[in-house]
Amino acid sequence: MGKTVAEKIFSKHSNKDVKSGDYTLAKVDIVLVNDITGPLSVMEFQKLGNIKVFDKEKIAIICDHFTPNKDIKSAQNVKMLRNFAKGQNIKHFYEPGHVGIEHVMVPELGLARPGYLIIGADSHTCTYGALNAFSTGVGSTDAGMAMATGDTWFRVPPSFKVEIVGKQKKWISGKDVVLHLIGKIGVEGANYFALEFCGEGLKNLSIDDRFTISNMAIECGGKAGIFNYDSVTEQYLNDLGIKAPDYVEADKDAKYENSITIDLSSLDYTVSLPFSPDNTTNINKLEKTYVDQVVIGSCTNGRISDLRIAAEIISNNRVKDGLRVIVLPGSPKVYLEALREGLIEKFILAGAAVSTPTCGPCLGGHMGILAEDEVCVSTTNRNFIGRMGHPKSKVVLASPAVAAASALTGYITSPEEVI
Amino acid sequence: MILEGAARLFGNNIDTDLIIAARYLAETDQTELGKNLFRDLRPNFLNEMKKGDIIVAGNNFGCGSSREHAPLAIKGAGISAVVANSFARIFFRNAINVGLPIFVTSENLDSIEEGNVISVNALEGTLINKTKNKTYKFDPYPDFLLNLVEVGGLFNFTKNRLEAGAKNA
Repeated sequence: MGKTVAEKIFSKHSNKDVKSGDYTLAKVDIVLVNDITGPLSVMEFQKLGNIKVFDKEKIAIICDHFTPNKDIKSAQNVKMLRNFAKGQNIKHFYEPGHVGIEHVMVPELGLARPGYLIIGADSHTCTYGALNAFSTGVGSTDAGMAMATGDTWFRVPPSFKVEIVGKQKKWISGKDVVLHLIGKIGVEGANYFALEFCGEGLKNLSIDDRFTISNMAIECGGKAGIFNYDSVTEQYLNDLGIKAPDYVEADKDAKYENSITIDLSSLDYTVSLPFSPDNTTNINKLEKTYVDQVVIGSCTNGRISDLRIAAEIISNNRVKDGLRVIVLPGSPKVYLEALREGLIEKFILAGAAVSTPTCGPCLGGHMGILAEDEVCVSTTNRNFIGRMGHPKSKVVLASPAVAAASALTGYITSPEEVI
Repeated sequence: MILEGAARLFGNNIDTDLIIAARYLAETDQTELGKNLFRDLRPNFLNEMKKGDIIVAGNNFGCGSSREHAPLAIKGAGISAVVANSFARIFFRNAINVGLPIFVTSENLDSIEEGNVISVNALEGTLINKTKNKTYKFDPYPDFLLNLVEVGGLFNFTKNRLEAGAKNA
């Protein structure tokens, strides 16, 4: 019987042949924590005794959620992580000035590579599947223990094949693809599964589209969302100076427990209405929905191509009076590129606020919290009750193109309506 | 291990933002986290519940964020166990890792009502609704996880491994 990508990556990292359903202790290539989950990881690690981490170059501590520190407790947490990183000589510790949103930054640093097995104490760690890695979210204790041993336990997941065909129209992005998928299979449609993306249509999805899609695998329960390696991945890694990576392909007779086909040419602008990512609809079926705030950014859509799309739509216009538009570049690298390309100027001239990179409002942390009954159209990943603020506020998930178009009109708008 | 308490009913897809909202996540102490359990979903929950009560939920309990603060908050508030038709996978790991007893059953739990006295027998793998005198079966833990639970969770599992490794070195 042939193997899926997931089975191959787990077999390699377990030093034995494993298949879907097996429990295994597998070596990990990177262990990631952030400023919310990291303190619990470090507390558990330190209870193990006076020991060193398994590899000071394979641990990333990225303080992105409540930074720049929003209150005293957040500042204490980052201080604790800073001291830990110093004491252990951890190479990849980042805070404001150098920090980006973890899932934007980890690929930029070259820490996510094809064939890698990566765990992170953050549910959106599945983002690096875009680069043909098996990466998955775990808890703080999982990450803390892996910092000591360099491995952790897994149940090798069955795989769910997602075949991509066709070519999308202009402005349709990875966000529309993944919201469509989640709407089709539901928030637990892939619970415990590894999504594996393949098919002739992959060539039409840019690397940033793929990051967005893999990022939201968790919103349908996916343990991972892994893309096949191709010339798009190769080009991205080449630009980072990573040559000839050890990528993984599924065998022709690999066993998938489930499968779905997505035809990119059939996709329209897709949004998720409150209060669940699978509550999706096409924008042309939506009643006029007024919004109070627009957020463009996050680990889902805070990359340079997202900002380019938003700037192209907003350019030479003013955001609707009375609307707050917040743009959060995903990393210092993205911020600088956006600055050099003139995108930041376009946003500010249009009347948008541009923030330093942070997860901020996505999880109701800071930098754009919603009041009672307010509605936000957001390029983030979750629209749960109270996710961005008041329990009676609402979040509608959308692509950067839809969010930018909505910024001009004040209601949820198709980009075609404003261009 | 036998756990007994009043059933506290929750539906499907209870996400970790509902269990403990992000605005409380700068906290790491489980008792403090427990003071804001289900704050937005059931603002009066902490007054209604008693220590030892058992959460009974549908599918995909604990979906969303990876925050270990979620099972910690449930423990910290004094809930003794969570029974559900299914758990989101990161929550499942976290609960085992922090020692929150959780049980999965494929049986239909719809006849359990809020406040019914239920008893969980972990060894026998049964849940009894004492108010209605009805018994349900749990799905047994796979051997690997049973071992993890028996040694007291991932921390002890790791400590034992590190000590064994040091002896062999």
